Amino acid sequence: MPITAVASPFAGFPRDDGSRIPYAVFTSREIYDREQALIFRGPTWSFLGLEAEIPEPGDFKSTFIGDTPVVMTRDEDGALAAWVNRCAHRGAMVCRLARGNAATHSCVYHQWRYDSRGDLFGVPFLRGLGGQAGMPGDFVRSANGLRKLRVDSYGGLVFATFSDTVSPLADYIGPVMGGYIDRIFHKPIAYLGCTRQFSNSNWKLYLENVKDPYHASLLHLFHTTFNIFRVGMKAHCVSGGPHGLHSIILAIKDDEAKTAGAYEAQKIRAYDSGFSLADPSILALVPEFDLVATNHIQPIFPQLVVQQIHNSLVARQLLPKGPDAFELVFHFFGYQDDDAALRKLRIKQANLVGPAGYISMEDTEATELVQRGVAADGGETSVIDMGKDAPGQTDTLITEGLIRTFWAGYRTLMGFDAGEAAGAAAG
Amino acid sequence: MSDLVLRQELLALQDEYIATLDTDALELWPEMFVDDCLYEIIPKENEDLGLPAPVIHCDSKAMLRDRVVSLRNANIFQPVVYRHFVSGLAFTAADGVVDMRSSYLVINTSQLGQSVVYQTGRYHDVVVRDGGRWRFRSKRVIYDTSRIQTALAIPI
Repeated sequence: MPITAVASPFAGFPRDDGSRIPYAVFTSREIYDREQALIFRGPTWSFLGLEAEIPEPGDFKSTFIGDTPVVMTRDEDGALAAWVNRCAHRGAMVCRLARGNAATHSCVYHQWRYDSRGDLFGVPFLRGLGGQAGMPGDFVRSANGLRKLRVDSYGGLVFATFSDTVSPLADYIGPVMGGYIDRIFHKPIAYLGCTRQFSNSNWKLYLENVKDPYHASLLHLFHTTFNIFRVGMKAHCVSGGPHGLHSIILAIKDDEAKTAGAYEAQKIRAYDSGFSLADPSILALVPEFDLVATNHIQPIFPQLVVQQIHNSLVARQLLPKGPDAFELVFHFFGYQDDDAALRKLRIKQANLVGPAGYISMEDTEATELVQRGVAADGGETSVIDMGKDAPGQTDTLITEGLIRTFWAGYRTLMGFDAGEAAGAAAG
Repeated sequence: MSDLVLRQELLALQDEYIATLDTDALELWPEMFVDDCLYEIIPKENEDLGLPAPVIHCDSKAMLRDRVVSLRNANIFQPVVYRHFVSGLAFTAADGVVDMRSSYLVINTSQLGQSVVYQTGRYHDVVVRDGGRWRFRSKRVIYDTSRIQTALAIPI
């Protein structure tokens, strides 16, 4: 479908550098529907889950690509498969369970049966009953299977796509981002369970959040209140992948005393040296990677955020739920060779992240404040200028460069090209 | 002690616990636990699969106090107005250790004045006599409401 066939529902991006974002992208149903077509069913690979969640043939998990229900599973040979969870007959969801193991999947409505690859093999009364006609003579089971998706994994992360043309997964991730994923997924992992968080705000506000190192020590006061994290820490902030839609923020452990003075000098509300943790065991950092970093936050557009915070390891899945809602599914993991002490530390550091996390509970509060703030003014824009005059400066946390790169790429992917920018006022 | 008297004491402990949370007396909350305690909030889906990933996991009273200090001084969240409702107490007692289970419901009321079911699930508690009163050695909060709305700041 040519992109131009979809009318632009708003006046467009007033600048082409990703620094002015019209708020309609967070509220418009038309834009949301266009994202479903051009992003989630378009030339992208969406994260579905971990291979470690479905280790055995027949293991399956229900999930989503955008709004579309999909199932990831393994066939009898152990190969990964993914298909749209919608019966080819009348559209009912075939798989009704969140997880399980099954060699075949039957639609309860009329008992059409599919194998784990999504191929149709059973249709009741295919040849009719007692001499009465069944399905027409030209009905072919092989042409009526479930909608199969291209599926692949990288380092144990499972992705699928509707696209026949998007480049292979490893190329889509790209060598730079792949290297950072390899940093975490360098040996067999052990799946430790999921937690889920629902936010009444647009899914892209969460992507902005995980591309925004500027907010980290200003919104999340746990860091600074307990003297954990300083904006002067060394960092890598790099974009990658198609249109720069993926990115990494790596915060590298550094001498904390150097930057404490910077907060005091600027009288930032965050700085309060009066508190210390009675039980600091939560902040242990067992070195287990070549590059010792306290935070590794890496969105792989559109549905994955790889996270290492201290020794807490999570693959976060980002699922849009309408223009004004998203769900996060936190897939916790460790390594198969964790000893008891390290595994215990990973569980303890779950306190840092997720819906009750000391250094994350404010994120959804912030994205919801934006959603409520922008509700009525789709033509107004945000101001994303931090670090704009120094585009080569990737070693600081005081930057909004990753967000600008993201929006410029989003605009391209969505076909909101320069022709639709300022001046092409809608209605 | 008869079961009936013990039951009354356990009900009183539960009432005190939920009042502590519902009246924002958070500083008193850690004091209802022994020093070497476990407090955990974990989704039913993980519990059922034998998987350990929690949303909160504290293995000392000091960690509980840290959470209160952090909530009071560091973390930012919408003001929470919880009402806890607890029912279905069942327990067994042996050698001064009581294993008790109950169901809970938490209604949260927003600043806009809307009350919603925020979370429901079950408590699995181990309580002991400590310092002249009943305290929690372990309180495991196993929630059914797998989608946590926005955030979970205040304990359940």
